[in-house]
Amino acid sequence: MANLTLIQAVNDGLRTAMEADSTVYVFGEDVGPKGGVFLATENLTRDFGANRCFDTPLSEDGIIGTAIGMAMNGLRPVAEIQFQDFIFPAFDQIVSEAAKLRYRSGGQYTAPMVIRTPYGGGIRGGLYHSQSGEAYFCHTPGLKVVIPSTAHDAKGLLLASIADPDPVLFLEPKALYRSVKGEVPEGHYTVDLSTLRNVREGEHVTVLCYGAMVPVCEKAAARAAENGIECHIVDLRTLLPLDEEGVLEAAKKTGRVVVVHEAPRFCGMGGEISALIAENCIEYMEAPIIRVTGFDTPFPNTLEHHYLPDERRVLDAIERSAAY
Amino acid sequence: MSQPAPLTVIEPDGRASMGHDPGLSDDELLHCYRTMLLVRAFDDICLKLQRSGRIGFSIPNKGIEATQVGAASALRKSDWIFPSYRDFGMAMYHGIKSVDMMHNMFGNAQDSALGRQMPVHFSFTEPIKFYSISSPIGTHLPQAVGAAFAMKERGEDNVALVSFGDGGTSSLGFHSGLNFAGVWKAPVVFLCQNNGYAISCPSEQQTASDGYAIKGVAYGVPGVVVDGNDLLAVRQATGEAVERARRGDGPTIIEAVTFRMGGHSTSDDPSRYVPKELFEEWEKKDPVERFEKYLASRGLWTKERGESMRGDVMKEVADAAREAQGVGKPPLESIFSDVYAEVPAHLRAQGAAAFDLAKRFGDPDAGEGEFPL
Ligand SMILES: Cc1ncc(C[n+]2csc(CCOP(=O)(O)OP(=O)(O)O)c2C)c(N)n1
Repeated sequence: MANLTLIQAVNDGLRTAMEADSTVYVFGEDVGPKGGVFLATENLTRDFGANRCFDTPLSEDGIIGTAIGMAMNGLRPVAEIQFQDFIFPAFDQIVSEAAKLRYRSGGQYTAPMVIRTPYGGGIRGGLYHSQSGEAYFCHTPGLKVVIPSTAHDAKGLLLASIADPDPVLFLEPKALYRSVKGEVPEGHYTVDLSTLRNVREGEHVTVLCYGAMVPVCEKAAARAAENGIECHIVDLRTLLPLDEEGVLEAAKKTGRVVVVHEAPRFCGMGGEISALIAENCIEYMEAPIIRVTGFDTPFPNTLEHHYLPDERRVLDAIERSAAY
Repeated sequence: MSQPAPLTVIEPDGRASMGHDPGLSDDELLHCYRTMLLVRAFDDICLKLQRSGRIGFSIPNKGIEATQVGAASALRKSDWIFPSYRDFGMAMYHGIKSVDMMHNMFGNAQDSALGRQMPVHFSFTEPIKFYSISSPIGTHLPQAVGAAFAMKERGEDNVALVSFGDGGTSSLGFHSGLNFAGVWKAPVVFLCQNNGYAISCPSEQQTASDGYAIKGVAYGVPGVVVDGNDLLAVRQATGEAVERARRGDGPTIIEAVTFRMGGHSTSDDPSRYVPKELFEEWEKKDPVERFEKYLASRGLWTKERGESMRGDVMKEVADAAREAQGVGKPPLESIFSDVYAEVPAHLRAQGAAAFDLAKRFGDPDAGEGEFPL
C-alpha cells in the first residue's frame, strides 16, 4: 500500500498497465517530456520510452481517430485529452466512430480504448477549463463513462477501463487531483465498472453523487449528522452503464433522495436518475427528489464558487428533503 | 517542399535593408516602440500579480512583441482582429487601455465580460474589433473567414486578421479556415506565430512540413515567412497581405518565426522541456533591443529616452493594476445574464434561488434587494 494523491494513483495505474501489457500506448498533448499539464503521465516517457508515451500534434480529432485505429488493430491506446473542454473536435470520432464500431460491424471491429481527461471546476478555469460534459457522452450508446473520486478507485477503475473490451471515457475530477489522498494497493487490481461505492451509511436521506461532488456531499452529511440527519451517500463511479439496481436500492433505503452534480441541470445525470427512481420505485418516496447542480449557464470564472454546488447548498437540500 | 528564408528588414547594425523598409513615420515608429514597452511592462506586472496571488493566471508575451505590434500596425480601426490569448500588443497598439485589460486580468465588475472568462481572454469592440478570445484552439479561424465574407458582401475594403500559434495549425479550424478563405477569396490575413513551442511540444512534433507558411499552398493561399523578431519585417509582410486582401485578391498566410521567452503560462515550467541554449540564443535576438538599434540609426532613440519611456509605461500599468484591484467582483446576477438575449424562465428561477440562498448564508456577493433579472 502506498499513500497517493488521486493524480499519483492515475500515474501509478498507467505505469502498472504499461508494465503488464506491452500493447498499452499513452499519448496526447504534452504528455511526454512535460508529463502532462497536471503531471498524470510524469516520467512515463523516461521509463517506457518515447514510443510508448508520446506527444501528438494539437488535434483532438487526430488523437482519438488514431486511437480508434490502434485499438481496432491490436493495441490498447490510452489517449489523454488535456481538458475535457477541448474534447469537442473529437466528438465525431467518439460518438460516431468509437462508440458505434462494434454495432455497425456486427462485432467484427471493436475499439477497446480509454480516453482520459480532467473535467470539472474548482481551479478558477472559467468557461473552458471547468466544464462537466458527462451528459453529452452518457447519451452515447456503446461508450462507457467512468468517474473516480478516490485514489484507490482512480487506479482500480483505470485498470478496469484499460482491460475493458469497449471504449471508455475516463473523466478525472481535477479539483480532487491533489486534494484527495488515500491508500492505494501496489501492483495490478481492478475495481469493477458499473458498480457503486457506498461512501457513508445512513437511514434518513440518500445522497447520490460522483466525482468532485463526493467530498462536498461528505462534508454536508457530517454537518447534517450534527442535527440528527444521517445520510446514505453513494458514489456512482460509473455513469454509463449505470448500476441501476444499486441506485434503486439506495433510493428505497431512505425514501428521500438528493442527487448532486456540478454539470448543468437540464438533461443532466440528475434528471436521468430521478426518472429511473420515479419509474421504478416512486411508491417508496417520502419526499420529492431534489437536484443540486451547476446552473444552466456557461461556467463563470470569478464567481465559480456560486456555480459549483458547495457544502451549504447540499446541506440545504438534505435538510429540505428530511423535513418534507 | 521547402520554404524561403524569412524576410528580414532590420540588419544587425540596426539599419533597414533597402527595398523592404515599410517607410513608417517617426510618430508611427515611436508608437510601435512604446507599445512594445507597454506589452513588456504589462507582462512583467501580470507575472508579479500572479506570483503574489492577486490574479490567478497569465500568459507570458516576452519575445513576441515585434510580431504582435508589427502585424497590428498594418491594420486600421475598421479592420477586425481575431486574436489568440498571446496578443497583448495587438490590442495595445490600437489604443485598448491597460486598465481595461487589467479589469479582465482581475475578472472584476468592470471587465468587459464581467469576470466570466479566465484572465487574458479579452473581448473589446472599441477602438477596434478585438474579437472575444476563446480557449479552444483554432476555432476562430473559420469565424474570421466568415466575418471577412460579410465585409466583402457589403463591399467594404476592410480585412480580418486572425492570429494563432504553430500548434493551432494542427486544429480542424486551421484547415477549414484556409480552405474556405481560398475558395471564397476572403479578405483575411492568417498570422501564424511560430514561437517554437505549443506548450511543451516543439515544431518538429507538430508538423513534418518545412514550416507553416507553405501549408497555404495546397489551399491556394500564398504564404510568406518573416523574421518575427523584426518589427519592420512583420509590418512589411502584413502590410502587403492586408493590401492584397483589400484589393479583393484574397487571403495570405504569414508565418512569423519567433520565440516564446518564457513558459506557456504562469502554470508552466519550461525548464522541463526547453533547452537552456535556446533561450540564450533567442535572448540575443530580443525584438525590443533590435528595434532600439533601428530607432537609434534614425536618431530616434537614446538610452535615456528608452529609460524614460520604460518608466512611463511601468507607471501606466502599475496604476492600471492598482485601479483594477480596487474594483469589486461582478454581481451575482452576471452568472445568469447574457446566456441569451432574454433571460428565460428557468434561468430566472435558478438565479433567484441562488440569490436567496446567498442572502441566507450572509454572502456579500448577493448585494441588496431583489434578484434583479
Ligand atoms: C482544442 C484545444 N486543445 C488543447 C488546448 C490546450 N492548449 C492551450 S494552449 C495550447 C498550445 C497552443 O500552442 P500554439 O498554438 O503554438 O500557441 P502558443 O501558445 O505557442 O502561442 C494547448 C495545447 C486548447 N486550448 N484547445
